Amino acid sequence: MSKLLEVKNLSVSFDTYGAEVKAVRDVSFQLNKKETLAIVGESGSGKSVTAQSVMRLVPTPPGKFVGGEIRYNEENLLQKTEKQMESIRGKEISMIFQDPMTSLNPTMTIGKQIAEGLIKHQNMSKKEAHLRGIQLLKLVGIPTPEVRIKQYPHQYSGGMRQRAMIAIALSCNPKILIADEPTTALDVTIQAQILELMRQIQEETGTAIILITHDLGVVANTASRVAVMYGGKIVETGTVDEIFYEPKHPYTWGLLGSMPKLDTEQEELQVIPGSPPDLAEPPKGCPFVARCPYAMNVCSDYMPAYTSVSSTHEAACWLIDARAPKVDIPESAIVEGKDIYVI
Amino acid sequence: MEHRQLKKIDFEPLQLKQSEAEKIVGESTSYWKDAWRRFRKNKLAFLGIVIILLLGIMAIIGGPISGQNYYENRLLEANQPPSAEHWFGTDNLGRDVFARTWYGAQISLFIGLMAALIDLVIGVIWGAVAGFFGGKVDEILMRIADVLYGVPYLLVVILLLVVLPQNLWTLIIAMTITGWINMARIVRGQVIQLRSEEFVMASRSLGASNGRLLVRHLIPNTLGPILVTLTLTIPSAIFTESFLSFLGIGVQAPLASWGTMSSDALPALQYYPNQLFFPAVFICITMLAFNVVGDGMRDALDPNER
Amino acid sequence: MVKYLLKRIGYIILSLFLIVTVTFILMKAAPGGPFASERALTPAIEAQMNEAYGFNDPIHEQYFTYLINAFTFDFGPSFKYVGQEVTEIIGRSFPYSLILGLEAIFIAISFGVLLGVLAAVQHNKFGDYMAMVIAVLGISVPSFIMAAVLQYIFAIYLQVLPIARFESFAHTILPAIALATTPLAFIARLMRSSMIDVLNRDYIKTAKSKGLSERVVTYKHALRNAILPVVSYLGPLVVTILTGSFVIEKIFGIPGLGSEFVVSVTNRDYTVIMGTTVFFSVLLLFSILIVDLLYGLIDPRIKVTSKEGDK
Ligand SMILES: Nc1ncnc2c1ncn2[C@@H]1O[C@H](COP(=O)(O)OP(=O)(O)OP(=O)(O)O)[C@@H](O)[C@H]1O
Ligand code: SF4
Ligand SMILES: [Mg+2]
Repeated sequence: MSKLLEVKNLSVSFDTYGAEVKAVRDVSFQLNKKETLAIVGESGSGKSVTAQSVMRLVPTPPGKFVGGEIRYNEENLLQKTEKQMESIRGKEISMIFQDPMTSLNPTMTIGKQIAEGLIKHQNMSKKEAHLRGIQLLKLVGIPTPEVRIKQYPHQYSGGMRQRAMIAIALSCNPKILIADEPTTALDVTIQAQILELMRQIQEETGTAIILITHDLGVVANTASRVAVMYGGKIVETGTVDEIFYEPKHPYTWGLLGSMPKLDTEQEELQVIPGSPPDLAEPPKGCPFVARCPYAMNVCSDYMPAYTSVSSTHEAACWLIDARAPKVDIPESAIVEGKDIYVI
Repeated sequence: MEHRQLKKIDFEPLQLKQSEAEKIVGESTSYWKDAWRRFRKNKLAFLGIVIILLLGIMAIIGGPISGQNYYENRLLEANQPPSAEHWFGTDNLGRDVFARTWYGAQISLFIGLMAALIDLVIGVIWGAVAGFFGGKVDEILMRIADVLYGVPYLLVVILLLVVLPQNLWTLIIAMTITGWINMARIVRGQVIQLRSEEFVMASRSLGASNGRLLVRHLIPNTLGPILVTLTLTIPSAIFTESFLSFLGIGVQAPLASWGTMSSDALPALQYYPNQLFFPAVFICITMLAFNVVGDGMRDALDPNER
Repeated sequence: MVKYLLKRIGYIILSLFLIVTVTFILMKAAPGGPFASERALTPAIEAQMNEAYGFNDPIHEQYFTYLINAFTFDFGPSFKYVGQEVTEIIGRSFPYSLILGLEAIFIAISFGVLLGVLAAVQHNKFGDYMAMVIAVLGISVPSFIMAAVLQYIFAIYLQVLPIARFESFAHTILPAIALATTPLAFIARLMRSSMIDVLNRDYIKTAKSKGLSERVVTYKHALRNAILPVVSYLGPLVVTILTGSFVIEKIFGIPGLGSEFVVSVTNRDYTVIMGTTVFFSVLLLFSILIVDLLYGLIDPRIKVTSKEGDK
């Protein structure tokens, strides 16, 4: 497994009215070639900020990189100039955003929006870019691409727009594709189609994907590894199997518990009670302490260290400590093989 | 990571202080507090308020303290530069520019305030009625507003001034013909939004009358946008008055207005620029002060703006 | 497209009919107006008026004669100047106002947009504050004061530009600037807030994520979307320029339609007032139509044509 991207101790903050919102705190993860890494967490946990940091798309100000490194090709992306980043964005790393309704320019044809990257990164002429655009639209499954390429986003449905976004992102054969909740704004059948498309494309092109989502169901059959984020921190990482069958962190248990399963009724779904921490004044110790049913005295004062469970599995929780009382995975978080193909 | 030796007790279950979770602040009070805090930070807007107060005071005492009157022609003393006797000099008919300037301030502020007041009354009633009753009533009222809104306002005002007898009140009435529409739209929008909210439903089911609802719930909630619109109405009314007076169809002699003073001073601009200087500076300062205060209020009341 | 145009023109005719009727009523109500019973006119004009308007006819016939005249754009002779037709006066003076107005519109839009974009790109930095100070000043200084200040500085003090009249391009510079100041400032503010809004949209992030440079993102992606509110403001802009011309033409001694209108108002030259009012209305209604068509060109979501089937 060769490393493609490595994020080390990344911290990102936002200066807002009188407070510093610490959106991402000391986050580390790596992405290997040809794999799909899922970053999972609830709203506000810092997933998008992490993803946009990799592309250096976090607006500065109000955002600022407090510390850490983002290593790609032996280079730290945080130290590159804006000009140098331009030749990485879209060419080496590209991104798909959450809401296809707002992520395409309403006053520019889809064709032009695809062509821009091609003209910039691959020195294509307008004509070549147009033809390549048609190919790309065909690739992402848009019917009659010769007609569609001349249309504007408002003439596309939501699912088609997301396909067009994927076409734009893939246009220059990037090494890494970051998909920030690519299916959240779509309805269920379209979601499945888009995920299928991404999987298929990955098989064909070998692009590594960072898939951001708050829905574990999406993760199960798309990703190979999972990082669980909470309160601006990664609390657990592991392979899909490890996260689903041997989760170690109480927050991961909560997430699994709130995932719909085949044999449970919708009403029995367990949501994690409470609300996420205030990132302007994050807790000194474990970020989950206020909502964790197993919280101990130590949790509120000391951040638990990352502890390896296996060579691919790590979690940050005091429960793993030998001195902690033994706690079993709650019933609701136990996942059976058949459950995880809900989507 | 571990700063001290962890003891057994550290691994006992944590007793949560529940207070954190329950911290929900009274939203409406903190809205106004926040707004006030933001407004206070805006030094320019604060300066604007001070200037408006000073102008108001001078409008009242300016004439008397100079010991001059604004209407008396003394042709022998025409076109004098500022002096100990005539602080801002005299105009082409020998009238005291200082006294006229502050008399003009009275007229401008009076017209601005009256126009704002009339806009407020018509706009709030019109908008509240349209929004509250909805349906046909809403449709008809807002269609009328739309039609009036499309008409060039100054043109209408001028035509009305041709038809009606020329005096201050005609001017004010003519000016408010279309001014209230913005206000009505804002109030209507807010009323419709609030009408659907639960507390209105709740108090309605408890038998509160429509009028009571309007006064107790809806008006306080629409106060913010209304205040902003009002503040910005005043400079536009002051501008219209001086514009019309400048054209000679607004305030009539012997009354003084900054518009007529400017217009009188213009032919002799080359020789007596001071005659234009004073009314011009005061129109600009007044408009500037109100605009800055209005902008400051908008920014303070709507944090999303910046 | 044709259907849409016809519909819009239908509405325009309807609005004009209303305006024409309201002017009739106003003139009827005006003391000493053309349709009032007591008129103090010279016998010569009285005779002409009688011929044009049929004063001795019953009121509904007067109204119909007037309607027909209005729609053939014939407002009869001036009330005050013997032997001058209203249409002649308008035809003679309008070209001045048109040139001046177009110049002012050009200045207001180009500099207003520029200032607004600069402010937005520099958001919350020095350039932004400077631009907004200029804009709030522009909104607070009435055009007639701006005109006097410009005259004093450039014509009297520096003596680089002519002070008044309309004889060459140089003569139009000061009045056009004075006329443009307020709308320029307004457009700058409009453009700034619209641009700030657009720069925070998702599609700007998409454009950046493609590796496009800051400049391309700002000018190719943001500007076109941000300019839409300015396009909607073009209608009110025409109104502002038009009413502004009343004072500006007076100050600069330009024999345009604005000053004709003001003179006719102070003289109570009712037929000229009516004629210019109707003329102004036509002008405004058609410029609003043009603005709407323009908007449809810039924003593909607003379709004037209905040829696209799928949505
Ligand atoms: N431009 C910004 N200014 C201030 N705070 C910001 C900004 N962008 C993000 N934040 C803050 O950073 C935190 C993390 O936001 P982020 O968008 O990364 O969450 P997320 O995990 O992507 O959530 P979601 O599922 O809702 O997309 C939030 O608390 C948010 O308020
Ligand atoms: S460290 Fe403590 S509070 Fe945090 S998840 Fe583990 S047990 Fe819960
Ligand atoms: Mg997000």
